[in-house]
Amino acid sequence: MIPERAKAFVLPVATLVVLELWARATHLQSDSLAPPSAIAVALAEAFQDGSILVATRDTLVSAFAGLLVGGAVGLTLGMALGIFRIFDRLMEVTIEAIRPIPSIALLPIALIALGFGYRMEIVIVAFASVWPLLILSRAAVGAIEPRLLEVSRALRLSPLDRVRKIVIPAALPRIFLAFRLAAGIALIVAVTVEIAINPIGLGAAIMTAQQALRPDLMLAYLVWIGIVGYGLNAGLVVAQRHLFGRAALAGDVA
Amino acid sequence: MSLTAIANQGTKVSDPARPQIAFSNVTLDLGGKIILENISLDVNPGEFLCIVGASGCGKTTALRLAAGLYQPTSGAVTFDGKPMLAPRRDIAIVFQDYGKALLPWRTAAGNVSLALEASGVASSSRSARINELLKKVGLPNHAGKYPAEMSGGMQQRLQIARCLAQEPKALLMDEPFGALDAMTRQGLQDEVLSLARASNATVVFVTHDLEEAIYLGDRVIGLLPHPGRIGIELKIDLPRRRDQLTTRENPQFLALRRQLFDFIKASEP
Repeated sequence: MIPERAKAFVLPVATLVVLELWARATHLQSDSLAPPSAIAVALAEAFQDGSILVATRDTLVSAFAGLLVGGAVGLTLGMALGIFRIFDRLMEVTIEAIRPIPSIALLPIALIALGFGYRMEIVIVAFASVWPLLILSRAAVGAIEPRLLEVSRALRLSPLDRVRKIVIPAALPRIFLAFRLAAGIALIVAVTVEIAINPIGLGAAIMTAQQALRPDLMLAYLVWIGIVGYGLNAGLVVAQRHLFGRAALAGDVA
Repeated sequence: MSLTAIANQGTKVSDPARPQIAFSNVTLDLGGKIILENISLDVNPGEFLCIVGASGCGKTTALRLAAGLYQPTSGAVTFDGKPMLAPRRDIAIVFQDYGKALLPWRTAAGNVSLALEASGVASSSRSARINELLKKVGLPNHAGKYPAEMSGGMQQRLQIARCLAQEPKALLMDEPFGALDAMTRQGLQDEVLSLARASNATVVFVTHDLEEAIYLGDRVIGLLPHPGRIGIELKIDLPRRRDQLTTRENPQFLALRRQLFDFIKASEP
């Protein structure tokens, strides 16, 4: 019998086996496909010469730096918009006008202003990371139990204490959820910028492998990006449970 | 000897010269709808006043006016002779929905601490005060529990402890036991009586339970709905030491209950 948890792996493993058999049977010669075994070998080689580690570092540094900058801006603005209704009304049109701009559309401007490298990529990732935090933290503040705000009024908490002791802890679980969403977006945008133009990181490595007619290496990078994305989200889920186990109960976020 | 017994032996302190909470010709209009009309009401220091009335008659609104959470459209609400323009720390409010009024991410001790932090009590002396308050409301062994781990009755006790931490001159209670089962409710009624006597706080207690109002109150006000206005005022001259069995069997209690019941029935359309 197959153990319950292992059932999820049946389909992927079977697919890999079929692909491998098919590639060998047809003596696959392709610029876009490679047998799973060749992909695994290419991945191992990339680890051996360290190239994949350097590329991973470049991508993650850009993604995280952008996430932190954009997230901080989004969080601050979102909280402020949620707390001060007048500010919200004042900014509404401006925000709704800027938000639909695809972050990648900023690429030409960012390239002219900042050139190739980390800075340009960080700016674009930051732009993309602002929105999930802005929108969700604004909503999180709006969704705080009105009774709690009344309690803080009845106790005459100072505005600072009201934010520190009521608003932030009450909104924290949703804010962390927003951070998780933003982290996913940051990785996508970072790799996209690298594929489009920036000659660093995992995206650029995929492009180089493609142009070198190395489908095995290209697919190895693709698999690795999937693993990195999965690991990032899984790490954040674990962190959420450990950091906000109690607070998570508060915000109805399961 | 229990706290209840000690407290019930105390005498009522009141100063008829100056009411503690005073409504003078208070009218409240919320969005074009008159919720309360021309309410004049004095509550004396140390008095236990109960407000009853049909649903939607403005009981809770009156309490919120007394708390300073609403401002009257016309007329004035004063506390110790000063107009109530904002909530005050020496007026504590016990909300009916204890589950929403407690901070779910703080323990019982942390929730009581919030009121002490608000009053600027030094952190060094907080924990002794917290233990004392939790003991007072019968939760001495639950300091480390989160509200979600406590029963409804315990959560309401916790909210009361937080209110007592404000050292209130007045305690405003909005149907505090409405969501609790009958046994828990009776136990808490006696505890609130004893806590009120022990602290000498003025209590305004809103309820839809007529027997509860007569059992607890020195005086019961009945509101008429649409718009809310005072329809009946009953002085409760039952012996101050109330007892769940003998008080409720007292012929005077039964007569008052009848009178109040008839009033509420007549007030409903």
